[in-house]
Amino acid sequence: MKTANNKAWFMVLPVLLLVAINAIIPLMTVVNYSVQDTFGNNEFYWVGTEWFQEILKSERFHNALGRTLLFSTLILAIEIPLGIVIALAMPKRGPGVSICLVLMALPLLIPWNVVGTIWQVFGRVDIGLLGHGLASIGIDYNYTQDTLDAWLTLIIMDVWHWTSLVVLLCYSGLVAIPEVYYQAARIDGASRWAVFRYIQLPKIKRVLLIAVLLRFMDSFMIYTEPFVVTGGGPGNSTTFLSIDLVQMALGQFDLGPAAAMSLIYFLIILLLCWVFYTVMTSYDVDSSSGRSGGRQ
Amino acid sequence: MATITFQEIAHRYHQSKHKDAGFVVNNLSQCWQDGGAYALLGPSGCGKTTLLNIISGLVKPTAGKVLFDEIDVTDLSPQQRNIAQVFQFPVVYDTLTVAANLAFPLRNRGLVKTEIDSRVQSVLAILGLEEIANLKARSLNADDKQKISLGRGLVRTDVKAILFDEPLTVIDPHLKWELRTELKRIHQQFQHTMIYVTHDQTEALTFADQVMVMYEGAIVQVGTPQELFEKPQHTFVGKFIGSPGMNILPCAVDGSVAVVDGNTIDLQQDYELNRTGLEIGIRPEHITLSNDRGIAVQVTAVEDVGKHIVVRTKLGDHNVNIIVREGVAIPENPRIWFDPSKLNLFQNSYLLGVT
Repeated sequence: MKTANNKAWFMVLPVLLLVAINAIIPLMTVVNYSVQDTFGNNEFYWVGTEWFQEILKSERFHNALGRTLLFSTLILAIEIPLGIVIALAMPKRGPGVSICLVLMALPLLIPWNVVGTIWQVFGRVDIGLLGHGLASIGIDYNYTQDTLDAWLTLIIMDVWHWTSLVVLLCYSGLVAIPEVYYQAARIDGASRWAVFRYIQLPKIKRVLLIAVLLRFMDSFMIYTEPFVVTGGGPGNSTTFLSIDLVQMALGQFDLGPAAAMSLIYFLIILLLCWVFYTVMTSYDVDSSSGRSGGRQ
Repeated sequence: MATITFQEIAHRYHQSKHKDAGFVVNNLSQCWQDGGAYALLGPSGCGKTTLLNIISGLVKPTAGKVLFDEIDVTDLSPQQRNIAQVFQFPVVYDTLTVAANLAFPLRNRGLVKTEIDSRVQSVLAILGLEEIANLKARSLNADDKQKISLGRGLVRTDVKAILFDEPLTVIDPHLKWELRTELKRIHQQFQHTMIYVTHDQTEALTFADQVMVMYEGAIVQVGTPQELFEKPQHTFVGKFIGSPGMNILPCAVDGSVAVVDGNTIDLQQDYELNRTGLEIGIRPEHITLSNDRGIAVQVTAVEDVGKHIVVRTKLGDHNVNIIVREGVAIPENPRIWFDPSKLNLFQNSYLLGVT
């Protein structure tokens, strides 16, 4: 019995090796850099938590974090309700279903840097359909110079690119609701809003949680599209954490601060995901422990 | 409450190339009296649920009219018709409490809060749900969820009828009896018109005063449980009701004698001559098995079902089931004798009257 148990460890060795190479070793390298300083020549000096303190105090980091949080908030506030509305409006059966699904999936199939390029060209004032069109009807629009225009362009681009994901997830939740629920609602004389509030929303809650988490993580880590469209400008107005990090690590080659910032970045995402998850599933815990929700 | 009348109702779900093909319910005219307890009995796929949905307005019939107290409601929505319906699988609003679930149809109709509260309280009491009134509906088991579905129908005191679509399918067997008795009690107390769809004959026979047997989109017989058992109007009713069902044997009739595979059976009644498509029907309960009386058969199986024994035999090519009391020995050269007073004669599947 004992020998058999020991042999079993060899079975998990390949996975351990893979995870080590994949995740643990790179992560530990970053941890290693984050507590040291270097002046080149492969010479490293122990600096402890100095880089972390510096990053957390730096105004540059605060600004980038603020911009990233604002961006994610706006993205979630637009894409989640919009996605639900579109999913509700999509046909549940018939030939329209496949047409809608294909149309919805199209933006998701385009590589991220191509999406950036499309919108970069689309928005140009001299040749872009959008930029030139707006200019010709007298609207002052220029995403390379105006902060608001740059933000609007990035947000509309992201909504165009990623709302489909929310739509598809919600749609999958909606079509899984048995027809009998709608029949019962008709018998009970429920209004359209009551059907949404008490049948559809509770039933798509789980997929909605996944949609919120995915969209939050993706938008919080967004890099390629703003890098291609605005390059972080005008000024620093669209320099999100990811762009800032790459500038620090590769542009300035400040490995120590960049590593510290990566870890802080990583912990923020982890923390916020946990918050989302806890808040959105708190209701389930509440009901299974049998606490009263009161009469509505 | 209302008397519900069907006038030549027909329904099909898909348009068919053939003018008369694909009908799930076919040219049905029927009346459900105000305050009656009806059961709609039939095999799966015979159109029971469609018929129920036509009454409630979830399905609009392809042809025909639905009347509530002489008023045409064919084009009205379920809400306008004011019908309560309980479905096969429990439907509850997960995020609402048990009490809020019961209040839901009332709130949708804009009743005042005090009225809603008092009605919800009384329904909670009827169904014994008071203790879990403030729990979220999703945390409950199937039995309680189905009670809530039922309660949402009962809470509306002014409903025209309450329809049940195989409501006890998901309920624990021991609770089935309890709930069925409860339904009967509720019916006696409130005198709602109740229509109860099921494919389980025990459920139908214990619940209803009047049982309607459905077969291939048509109601083949309406009657009390006793009538269905003793005088089935259609061979399907004979076979469907009873366990095992009625023995149906093709036969020829000569005066007061039926001939099955060359064996004569005394009918003790004269039937008109020159009929074709005749079948004789007799319940397994009404056949006597003995050594010396009647027609010789071959025993193929003996099944002890507890309260009695079912003997499966062959009369020529035909199966004949016989119910024998517990403890009676099976004769060596078995012969069967049909009780003439319990014999039924069918022509083209329909019961023949006495001439």
